[in-house]
Amino acid sequence: MRHIISLLMENESGALSRVSGLFSARGYNIESLTVAPTEDPTLSRMTIVTSGSDEIIEQIIKQLNKLIDIVKVLDLNDGRFIERELMIVKVKANAQYRDEMKRMCDIFRGRIIDVSDNSFTIEITGSSSKLDAYIESIDKAAILEIVRTGASGIGRGDRILKV
Amino acid sequence: MSSNHISGAEIVIRCLHEEKVKFVFGYPGGAVLNIYDAVFQQNKFKHVLVRHEQAAVHAADAYSRSTGKVGVALVTSGPGATNAVTGIATAYMDSIPMVIISGQVPTYAIGQDAFQECDTVGITRPCVKHNFLVKDIKDIASTMKKAFYVASSGRPGPVLVDIPKDITAEKYEFSYPKSVHLRSYNPIIKGHSGQIKKALSLLLNAKRPMIYSGGGVVLGDASSQLSKFVRTIGSPITSTLMGLGGFPASDKQFLGMLGMHGTYEANMAMQECDVLLAVGARFDDRVIGNPEHFLSKPKTIIHIDIDPSSISKRVKIDIPIVGDVVSILTELNDLLSKENMKQNAYLKHWFKDIDQWRSMNCLSFKNDKKLIKPQFVIQTLHKVTKGDAFITSDVGQHQMWAAQYYPFDKPRRWINSGGLGTMGVGLPYAMGAQLAHPDAQVACVTGEASIQMCIQELSTCKQFHLPIKIINLNNRYMGMVRQWQEFFYGNRYAESYMEALPDFVKLAESYGHVGMKIEKPSDVEPALKEAFSNKLKERLVFMDFITDQKENVFPMVPNGKGLSEMITAEDL
Repeated sequence: MRHIISLLMENESGALSRVSGLFSARGYNIESLTVAPTEDPTLSRMTIVTSGSDEIIEQIIKQLNKLIDIVKVLDLNDGRFIERELMIVKVKANAQYRDEMKRMCDIFRGRIIDVSDNSFTIEITGSSSKLDAYIESIDKAAILEIVRTGASGIGRGDRILKV
Repeated sequence: MSSNHISGAEIVIRCLHEEKVKFVFGYPGGAVLNIYDAVFQQNKFKHVLVRHEQAAVHAADAYSRSTGKVGVALVTSGPGATNAVTGIATAYMDSIPMVIISGQVPTYAIGQDAFQECDTVGITRPCVKHNFLVKDIKDIASTMKKAFYVASSGRPGPVLVDIPKDITAEKYEFSYPKSVHLRSYNPIIKGHSGQIKKALSLLLNAKRPMIYSGGGVVLGDASSQLSKFVRTIGSPITSTLMGLGGFPASDKQFLGMLGMHGTYEANMAMQECDVLLAVGARFDDRVIGNPEHFLSKPKTIIHIDIDPSSISKRVKIDIPIVGDVVSILTELNDLLSKENMKQNAYLKHWFKDIDQWRSMNCLSFKNDKKLIKPQFVIQTLHKVTKGDAFITSDVGQHQMWAAQYYPFDKPRRWINSGGLGTMGVGLPYAMGAQLAHPDAQVACVTGEASIQMCIQELSTCKQFHLPIKIINLNNRYMGMVRQWQEFFYGNRYAESYMEALPDFVKLAESYGHVGMKIEKPSDVEPALKEAFSNKLKERLVFMDFITDQKENVFPMVPNGKGLSEMITAEDL
């Protein structure tokens, strides 16, 4: 099953490679991984999207906790959470595609952030599956370039991951 | 600059003094010249110059294994660090507390492919508990403090501190932190009381209780608490290769080692028990074999371990207890003392089964008049040293025979590479153990293949007058490889034959040691007695035993099979 794991770690050089090294050394999947500093500059927050059986996810959480630089780990799937990912996609917008691309962008509540004679650059946020659905819905031949950030997640309501 | 400013190199040395380090094992080189200059100007610890960095780390590792203190190694950048990697990985797999200090090229040269530069922190990351690159002289003292703390607390392990050369030349005032706190690292000490009570009640009511103890008991210095507990509840106990000595082998309740080359009774009892208590052990592949087969006989498993990630890693655990093994066993013993202990009526039946398995006499072997049996050498070694020596081993058949035929009654006496299985550790391990225990008998049980992997250390032994006795079980084969080839590869002995062997007697003599070649079974005991006699008390003796080439290690659980699917000597 797909899991989103959130963690706080010391904002130190090498911390990211400890995490990515752990996943490759133990053969765990990484679907996506995002990391950025938090409001406390000594801490970084990472979101890892992974998949595996319950036993594997349990081991992943334990192994992450074991890394000295990691302060806290939370499996967002243990409760209710919100997931968002940002995608920027450049699509063909010549005469053949222009109207359709505008329409699909509206349907998926994206925004056109750059326009040229032959292309639109569109920004879409949502769960990873929503972004997948957008890609499925448009003509593959129209896609010029895609960049995705990987998912970020946060617990709902009182679920807070903080030191 | 104020007058109390000292160099980074001197700060490193002062940190080692603060940690009361007695021995540093190392090898100098460009990036650590400043540190070596500071080593030269102090006499609070002894520096042991090895002949290869791998041996420095192994020797520091054995110093730790035999004393419980943190072992310290010092190596230079680039090849110094890469040579140390095998030693570090070996210590990591067996959770040995160590601090390795490596030199690095100057900060301004990092990333420039400088002479003797390598990404030491990157290379060692997967085989250390933690590592640091110190980029500012202000951080040396606090980093060293953290390194010793992380290495020795929780589940111990090696920690590497990489220090660029320019940092060791700069000057700064020295102040060693009194305590250390890491918000991201708080090992759990006390076990969950509810779980401990549940575990005890399960064990007391079990029909076929079994205890399986591992290296964690030795590392955690918990053998007296374990022995008390096991004797009170009266159950049988087995031990992993790493746990030998954690419970006295001469005790009736002890069934011998379990696992791939464990005893018949230990493996059968592991398979047939209904409640299993694992203490500081990790259910690895060489110990329980195939996990599905292991669980095919239903059992309730209790697991005490300091590392949560060891729990339910290969086998699902029913009652996990995370914490320090001494603290948890003490709590169990306290509960037991309040308990109105009646002899568990089922135990009698259980031991009847066990005695039946014991009667297989699975470690029996036939002595020969002409050929020296390796098992006989180990048995005689046990007799001559009165079972009280520090025994180090390399990796292979001789390692298993040492574990099987040299029963250990005390912890920290059996020193070998269990997890990584590193050939070549035996001699440097013996160096570390002998330096830590100068008056003790130290024997290195090895084979003609393993010993040649760190043979250069005979020179270190000469320099430091280490009276190690090397028990070389010379069968002209990489014995364990040959055994697998015999069993599983149709007797095709691919590259496992040792040709062009040196004359070990002359080799030992050329290093200034005593060499002996023993070819007849009747000479085994007299030779060992001579080697351990007062006459040779101060000398390293290299004993080259020419043994039976075809001898195999039994019992054996073939790879991927279950514990009760052993091959014994009788089967063949």
